[in-house]
Amino acid sequence: MEEIKLIKGNEAVAEGAIRSGCDGYFGYPITPQSEVLETLMELRPWESTGMVVVQAESEVSSINMVYGGAACGKRVMTSSSSPGVSLMAEGLSYLAGAELPCLVVNVQRGGPGLGTIQPSQADYFQAVKGTAHGDFKMIVLAPNSVQEMYDHVFDGFDLAFKYRIPVMMLSDGIIGQMMEKVVMTRQRPRWTKEEVSQISDSWATLGKHAGREKNVITSLELDSQIMEKRNEHLQAKYRKIEAAEVRFEESQMEDAEYVVVAFGSSARIASEAVSMARAAGMKVGLLRPITLWPFPTKRIEELAGRVKGFLVPELNAGQMVEDVRLAVNGKVPVWHYGRMGGMIYSPEDIFNELKNNAR
Amino acid sequence: MAKIKGTVTVDVEKCKGCGVCVVACPTDVLALSKEVNGKGYPFAMQANPDACTGCANCAVVCPDSCLTVYRQRDPNA
Amino acid sequence: MSFQVEITPENKVYGKTPLLTDNVMHYCPGCSHGTIHKLVAEVIEEMGLQDKTIGVSPVGCSVFAYNYIHIDWIQAAHGRACAVATAAKRLTPEKMVFTYQGDGDLSAIGTAESIHACNRGENIVVIYVNNAIYGMTGGQMAPTTLLGMKTATSPAGREAAIHGYPYKIAEIVSMLDGVCYVTRQSVQSPAAARKAKKALRQAFENAMAGKGLSFVEMVSSCNSGWKQSPVDANKWMEENMFPFYKLGDIKVATEPKEA
Repeated sequence: MEEIKLIKGNEAVAEGAIRSGCDGYFGYPITPQSEVLETLMELRPWESTGMVVVQAESEVSSINMVYGGAACGKRVMTSSSSPGVSLMAEGLSYLAGAELPCLVVNVQRGGPGLGTIQPSQADYFQAVKGTAHGDFKMIVLAPNSVQEMYDHVFDGFDLAFKYRIPVMMLSDGIIGQMMEKVVMTRQRPRWTKEEVSQISDSWATLGKHAGREKNVITSLELDSQIMEKRNEHLQAKYRKIEAAEVRFEESQMEDAEYVVVAFGSSARIASEAVSMARAAGMKVGLLRPITLWPFPTKRIEELAGRVKGFLVPELNAGQMVEDVRLAVNGKVPVWHYGRMGGMIYSPEDIFNELKNNAR
Repeated sequence: MAKIKGTVTVDVEKCKGCGVCVVACPTDVLALSKEVNGKGYPFAMQANPDACTGCANCAVVCPDSCLTVYRQRDPNA
Repeated sequence: MSFQVEITPENKVYGKTPLLTDNVMHYCPGCSHGTIHKLVAEVIEEMGLQDKTIGVSPVGCSVFAYNYIHIDWIQAAHGRACAVATAAKRLTPEKMVFTYQGDGDLSAIGTAESIHACNRGENIVVIYVNNAIYGMTGGQMAPTTLLGMKTATSPAGREAAIHGYPYKIAEIVSMLDGVCYVTRQSVQSPAAARKAKKALRQAFENAMAGKGLSFVEMVSSCNSGWKQSPVDANKWMEENMFPFYKLGDIKVATEPKEA
């Protein structure tokens, strides 16, 4: 049944988890995302859908609970904020290495270290490049609204199981804490035992039966030749994802001479800045990557052939801008504009950056 | 003569010659061989087979599950 | 008149359980792990739980436990087996979930995960193999290394002033309400191994009956790490480990803890 609610982004994640047929959520409180666990404990989904919710003793434990649940072929997830996600690094590498599907939500705050509880986008590198040891990738979704924090739970699980890969939703304290209208459209039931068996019996630990050999979930392989093959298999999967799953959104791009590239909360602010620029007669378009990995490299390459420059506003010291520069490959200028540590730019700030650089 | 006797077979190639079975045997049936198996280990063997009662103590403590124990009543008794 | 025992299935009294794979174990000659694996496999077989059991292997010598028993396995990150098992059991409560962990995995890096799974009273079995040393990495000091014991990282012998004291995590977890059964066993002798198997069976039954967490410590030898022969190592264990890590039941709760 469709339902419309005015809720926080973090609450939308909890609602999305239940309605997406999630089997288990494992989390640990940290600002600014604690409402996810709080909302789930309030809604008591174990009494309705049978979803398990556990407050773990740490983020290290949460992510390893996710590993155990995913190994059993279940839709499982966790959420945290920046310092907590750092603690999950090892677990995420294991999940990727063992090819386990799961959803991890990062409601970013400013760093480094304990940093601040205020919003930030400083974990872009962590999410798309340097999550942890070893060559691996996660699909990274960047919501820019409370509605998308809800929708990306569904999309995240679908992608995770389509490719047996960890998916990260990279949100931040702005979207996690703000309230918006959310249309909660889909209620899908949790998978039955039979469905789990149909989907995952070839690899998951559902119990060894006469019909197959034992299943082992592991990322370990001491034979280097086999280990390289495993790595090649992972990389081939990543190339497939890069070819099929890039998502982005554009506006006012037809006649654009300058392009603003921004994700998540920054894209909301940038959108207003682009309107201001258009009102002032500047031909500016907006490109919002929805998947940060895979990145819309091809589209930016195309645009670089016909526009005069790119502005990349991010709430960090310059992270996604590196991927934009790689795509542009020196054809036209690329500028970064950032605020850090919980400070947020206004649309005017971005508009001024455009005016000062786009000439 | 004993009315019940036992015997032990050894999966020679799996045995690592640890000797834990030798000390576990209450009737000193087992010993380690002078020759070695394909991996270079001496292996468990029945040096005194007539004394075996088939108690299975050796196999219970064998870490590599390479001992099998049989036991039979004397068909002539 | 003497007779020869016939090698026939009817006369077989003891042999390798079919739940053990045919792989030659990678463990050193005389290592307790092989015996404990066998007892676990026998209990699973006797209880008819092969298709219901999920084993969680650790990081350490027994990381490859999954190569030796014909059940589904999850290999966990170092120390995190109890967190992994928690989710597996919560999400599939009809399953028999156990962890198999060494003293480095469980009582050093994994202390938090282990204690909290115990405290939550997860309906799992924790098999804790304590040989007072890090075997896989080459014989370094463990939290359970005895005072005076020489290891690669305590070459002059463990000194309390530098390294702290060996600790008894079985006694610690026995104080937690979520834990229904704590026992300390060993497998170096036939009598000990038979008792250890009974303890494992009790633990598995507790888990399937939803009584809470069962914790089975196996005091074990690491003859390579201790630089002794297998037989000498077992003797040294009896003389030096058992006085400190006393064998026997530490906690037996007959009824599940009130909710």
